[in-house]
Amino acid sequence: MSEVLDTISPKPSALQPMAVKKELLERYPTKVARKRARQIIINEVGPDCSVPEIQSNVRTIPGIITQRGCTYAGCKGVVLGPTRDIVNITHGPIGCGFYSWLTRRNQTKPNGPTDHNFMTYCFSTDMQDEQIIFGGEKKLRQAIQEAYDILKPKAIAIFSTCPVGLIGDDVHAVAREMKEKLGINVFAFSCEGYKGVSQSAGHHIANNGIFTHVVGLDDTVSEGKFKINLLGEYNIGGDAFEIERLFKDCGLTLISTFSGNSSYDYFTNSHTADLNLIMCHRSINYVAEMMETKFGIPWIKINFIGASATAKSLRKIAAYFEDAELAARVEEVIAREMPAVEEVRAEVKTRCAGKRAMLFVGGSRAHHYQELFREIGMEIVSAGYEFAHRDDYEGRRVLPNIKVDADSRNIEELHVEPDPNRYKVRISPEQIDRLEKTGLRLKDYDGMMAEMPNGTLVIDDISQFETEKLIEIFRPDIVCAGIKEKYAIQKSGTPMKQLHSYDTGGPYAAFKGAINFYREIDRMVNSKVWKYLKAPWQEHPELAATYVWE
Amino acid sequence: MLLRHTPDTVAERTALTINPAKTCQPIGAMYAALGINRCLPHSHGSQGCCAYHRSTLTRHYKEPVMAGTSSFTEGSSVFGGQANLLQAINNIFAIYEPEVIAVHTTCLSETIGDDITQIIAKAREENKIPKGKYVIHANTPSYVGSHVTGFANMVKGMVDYFAAADGRKENRINIIPGYVEPADMEEIKRIASDMGISTIMFPDTSNVLNGPQTGRYAMFPAGGVTVADLIRTGGSMGTVALGRLASGLAARTLDAKCKVPCEILDLPIGLMATDRFIDTLRQIAGVSVPDSLNIERGRLLDVMTDMHQYFFGRTAALAGDPDQLISLTEFLVSVDMWPIHIVTGTPGKKFESRIKEITKEVPHPVNVKATGDLFLLHQWIKNEPVDLLIGNTYMKYIARDEDIPLVRFGFPILDRIGHIYFPTIGYRGGLRLLEKILDALLDRQDRDAPEESFELVM
Repeated sequence: MSEVLDTISPKPSALQPMAVKKELLERYPTKVARKRARQIIINEVGPDCSVPEIQSNVRTIPGIITQRGCTYAGCKGVVLGPTRDIVNITHGPIGCGFYSWLTRRNQTKPNGPTDHNFMTYCFSTDMQDEQIIFGGEKKLRQAIQEAYDILKPKAIAIFSTCPVGLIGDDVHAVAREMKEKLGINVFAFSCEGYKGVSQSAGHHIANNGIFTHVVGLDDTVSEGKFKINLLGEYNIGGDAFEIERLFKDCGLTLISTFSGNSSYDYFTNSHTADLNLIMCHRSINYVAEMMETKFGIPWIKINFIGASATAKSLRKIAAYFEDAELAARVEEVIAREMPAVEEVRAEVKTRCAGKRAMLFVGGSRAHHYQELFREIGMEIVSAGYEFAHRDDYEGRRVLPNIKVDADSRNIEELHVEPDPNRYKVRISPEQIDRLEKTGLRLKDYDGMMAEMPNGTLVIDDISQFETEKLIEIFRPDIVCAGIKEKYAIQKSGTPMKQLHSYDTGGPYAAFKGAINFYREIDRMVNSKVWKYLKAPWQEHPELAATYVWE
Repeated sequence: MLLRHTPDTVAERTALTINPAKTCQPIGAMYAALGINRCLPHSHGSQGCCAYHRSTLTRHYKEPVMAGTSSFTEGSSVFGGQANLLQAINNIFAIYEPEVIAVHTTCLSETIGDDITQIIAKAREENKIPKGKYVIHANTPSYVGSHVTGFANMVKGMVDYFAAADGRKENRINIIPGYVEPADMEEIKRIASDMGISTIMFPDTSNVLNGPQTGRYAMFPAGGVTVADLIRTGGSMGTVALGRLASGLAARTLDAKCKVPCEILDLPIGLMATDRFIDTLRQIAGVSVPDSLNIERGRLLDVMTDMHQYFFGRTAALAGDPDQLISLTEFLVSVDMWPIHIVTGTPGKKFESRIKEITKEVPHPVNVKATGDLFLLHQWIKNEPVDLLIGNTYMKYIARDEDIPLVRFGFPILDRIGHIYFPTIGYRGGLRLLEKILDALLDRQDRDAPEESFELVM
């Protein structure tokens, strides 16, 4: 394990995925092994792009050291967190609010010194045992009042933590009452941590809440010929800034980003866009679906992680709008940005090609970042998601076959209908036909597995034990995961890149981001520091010490 | 301005906490449990708690932090978490093979009232706990106290489950180090060992959360107090508990359970608190203080006298945990600095009276609040600016907005290293703290000096 890693090939068993899978399952008690066997899949892509079924979005096994977080984390931390001008009040004991305070590196840039920015603040009702016994609604009401008095925000959101659901505080009633009283938008999320099986449930609850309480409140139509929303881009390390720059240069008008460098006002106006772009399919496809039904906005899956993926995504957008001028501008931008990317890529590839990576992260990121690694010639030996559903792995074609289980049924499914006044057809059935013939599929996503080589292991909700085993078997040159996994992996002598918060790096989106990523991975997999793991006397312990100068 | 919405006017808040100066009990319990050799902490509640606690500890220590979770879903919240915990115990022993599982509760399992003692008994009945292995627990409701309370409760859990007395007393002292860094725990052990005193320290996170890079990951590193030693604490001559809030409970419990008398002292931060610690050790162990410690003391005192001109009358704002702040305040006052704004998020009225007592000779009004938050601290600073901030990483926003230097101290520190390697307790720790304070103050003096007053010699 600790020898100089990049001179060592994977153990022979790594070449036999069945053997690896067996090794991963061996230690588990029978019931655990049976369940994990359905979540550890050997990829096989059929000629029609069909892939094997993987079990996902199911409960974590108690006692398993998991990567996953909770519903509150998905709702408050991920989706609502990056919006700067909503006062997000966590209703609960202090911990939840504290832990979700500034820890995701969502950057934001207010328009001016008077623009609201509450992201550096953590608001909590800091419930005490008195509220657990007698109820916390009174304290919540007072907390909202105090937040309003001090900060005068446009909107206040309330997030329920575990005990709130148990003691039965009606946070929605409190929100309605305070909305009436204060005359600002106040809305609540029942995102108790125990709901659902991972943070994914929280994304769903957050999307429902934003859609119900915020989207569509402002009908002002902005100028601009090509109006888009970017969904599921959280501006980690400044990704959204880089994408915003590209959009501007291409002549696209960005109405709203959900939710990175985002603002409440942009959300209220987002229904005036003509196309929704989905980055993180898992966390936000719900909003796109509902906006299509209610307002008639089509969506496409795009990916701005990776230079060729970015170029492809920009071309997809231009194709959708069927505008020659836009298409030309997009080509100009790609042509302008690519040489710098190519130059670094070619240089970095000489040092990175053939090296191995594993990615266990997020609900889209483990897919998106494969592009970047492939661009510098690296191989993905195994990948998986932390909180994805089957469609994120297998593509949306399996949606009709996904059985809704009890845990998913606990998450409200909104009934959405076309808005009688504001529904507008953006694109005619003939146009859709025409676009589909050119290969631009609306409302579609192939999922991760279709793009992974046969024989690679796709692992849902990987455990600490499996991570350790895989490192031992594959001896990867780099692993991508989150902060909880980072130092255990590094202690094994393997560099580890966080793809949730990027460590301190970024942006990694779009062209300039790709350059940053190539350089970062080059630095990590070719770093000298991993070569010093053994002291000289540990390398050749058989030598006896003598005073050589005597 | 990063904290652009913080107004000067202090309005009383009774319900809303803004920018807390504390966090919840379970993370303290998790940290304490990591100080037992071959122990896997286990969070009994939703998996988010465990994820958050592990993430925060990982960011602070930049070390692996492993812990299990009962992964509650809606069903377990309604029907109780017994099935989840039994399953977890079974799986953990089968897969990760710890010697101890240290269960702590969360606000969820506390609210539904899971009886952990009973569940552990059931696990034992059902042979889910292998021979020679242990499951211990602490109740750590998040809506009571703070992370410090959680630490205290888990340390008490160690006493409850392990400490045993057979009537014989051995010539040995237990030390409960308090909620301090691994480096501090190492330093406390060194001081006792330099005095020739045999000790058992619990918990002990040194070599667990400041482990070396070896190229080999071990889920259970070599550090931590062993179960055998925890059992033997009941036969020690006495216990020295450092930090009333974090360590007092376990010390008193051990006294009640095994008749091991205890001395509860302040955390040995700064000259005087370290003096009291060493003098107590000397007296109860009946040893004399070795010259090596006198030299260390003299060096600290030397810096206090040599650099007094830079400390004198400098004002400071502090946030952190009560045990730390009490000793830190005393230390600052001892070099004639004026700590004038002090908040902790941890509740407890004694804190305020202790700080008032310590600062009574500071020739300046002193603001102090338990159950305060960083928002309030910032407002005080806006009304009465200070020369120096001392507190955790979240204080860097105030530091930048108000252009005041910050010395990072406390928990969590997310943006610097050093705290896990270099102690801030004892004489050597005091020296390091003073060096950091001087660096901050003198760097600022250099930065702000007009060219004609820019000094080479300071």
